[in-house]
Amino acid sequence: MNTAHLSSEVLMRGQNLRRAWGGIIAVNDVSIELKKGQIHAVIGTNGAGKSTLINLLSGEIPLSAGRVELLGQDVTQWSQHQRAQAGLGKSYQRNTIFNELTVLENCRLSAQSRFQQVWKFWQDGQSCQTTLDAALFVIRKTGLESIMYRIAGEISHGQKRQLEVAMCLATQPKILLLDEPLAGMGADETDRMLNFLSSIKSEHAILLVEHDMDAVFKVADVITVMVNGFVIAYGSAAEVKETPAVKIAYLGEEA
Amino acid sequence: MGKTGLVCFGQAAFFGLGAYATVLLSKDVDQPLVMYLLPASIGVAALYALFVGALSLRTKGVYFIMVTLAFAQMAYYVIHDTPLGGGTDGIYLYVKPSLPGALMLDNSVRFYWFTVVVLFAVLGLLGLITRSRFGRALVGIKLNEQRMKATGYNSYFYQLAAFVISGAIAGLAGFMFAVKDGYVNPELLSWHQSGAVLIMIILGGLGYLRGALIGAFAFALLEEIFRSEAIFGTFSKHWHLGLGLTIILCVALLPKGLIGIPEILRNQLMGQSASDLDAVKIEKIPQASTVQSVREP
Repeated sequence: MNTAHLSSEVLMRGQNLRRAWGGIIAVNDVSIELKKGQIHAVIGTNGAGKSTLINLLSGEIPLSAGRVELLGQDVTQWSQHQRAQAGLGKSYQRNTIFNELTVLENCRLSAQSRFQQVWKFWQDGQSCQTTLDAALFVIRKTGLESIMYRIAGEISHGQKRQLEVAMCLATQPKILLLDEPLAGMGADETDRMLNFLSSIKSEHAILLVEHDMDAVFKVADVITVMVNGFVIAYGSAAEVKETPAVKIAYLGEEA
Repeated sequence: MGKTGLVCFGQAAFFGLGAYATVLLSKDVDQPLVMYLLPASIGVAALYALFVGALSLRTKGVYFIMVTLAFAQMAYYVIHDTPLGGGTDGIYLYVKPSLPGALMLDNSVRFYWFTVVVLFAVLGLLGLITRSRFGRALVGIKLNEQRMKATGYNSYFYQLAAFVISGAIAGLAGFMFAVKDGYVNPELLSWHQSGAVLIMIILGGLGYLRGALIGAFAFALLEEIFRSEAIFGTFSKHWHLGLGLTIILCVALLPKGLIGIPEILRNQLMGQSASDLDAVKIEKIPQASTVQSVREP
């Protein structure tokens, strides 16, 4: 089954998104659709507005204009945690794991967001079976079993990046917004992560913001190219590579 | 409070309001009952904490400290300058409240045991909350609020709930104080009280329930020692100086507070330098100490 069959279902949609900081327009009238079974990559030069775009979708930064739709619902006014509850997972460019806790507890705490049950104050949080099961599930999926009892702050950088994605998955999201998940990874680790993303994409809609061009061209089904807050190209890897505007602005070649 | 890492400089307001609620509500009653006064004083303090928390949690860090202080001062001046609370003179609680079964709390031994029961009930409850899912989520919010929000936690709600619990327990401490002393005055709400609570926690050791307990004992004990004329003679008039110097020494020599002492001794004996691995949990539960301080004569 190839991705074309699955690509009909739009899980998240951003329409005419716009964000201005004073006079500077970071994201200008960008529309984007994330479909189930697709890895949608957003590339662009530094300061092109990629991270801002992700933050607008996740609800971390309020929109100046535009509309965000999640699973068919208008969520423009929703706060970040409400969108997360609705099935939106996000990983950050900078590690945002809990350095002081174990790998397992990192995942468990993330999984707990689905089963918050704050009133159960008599129950021991760390040995709660539902959330432990969910945590173990993603730990196996991401291959972190061997280090699950280590303190997260002491594992290697590549493992931390993996954990970041695992924590994101622990909330059972339908959409994944990944902000440079490959940052600082070695070649082997990059390959493993890319294979992993390809293996889970049939169940999720994935937005991938990435600097590593080779990686993006390898796994992305659709690519959006941004420059100075504008989308200058959109299409498959092959199409985008051939767009003259992209060659000039981004790949640094004269057309 | 804060497993959340929130430093509240207004704990005295909740403490004082709890105490005032106790006294005001038993003014026109022949025999006040603990059964009513206890929940009422907790409720009054919790409500004010809900109000203060809802507004001040919109700020972070040092601004949060200042806003909580401002709200505490506001409560202080309301009590201090209006006829509601008897002004600067304060009010007396004439009849000590009684427990169910007509047990009067006018007997100091009985009151002591009542205090012990309340103290351990509160410690037990806080211990449970700390290890519950709610407590774990608070740890997560303290460590990395951004991640918790992205994961789907409403961090504002969690912090507000923690803040209200903290205020409620301070209100309980206020109730205990009013019953013990039989007298309330506006000084209970002053910022010195809030400061004393913070000192107790830092002295005992940040991040641990037993730290707050030990800190409260130590603070009360030091105060008594430096005030005692038998030991220091005329110098006892300047007890603040002695207390202050001791606290400065403690903070300088014991960065982890009194509960860090066993670790320092262990490391000395084994010839190791202090381990830096352990995660320093900044957990503050001033209420436990406030409850404790009630027992100070």
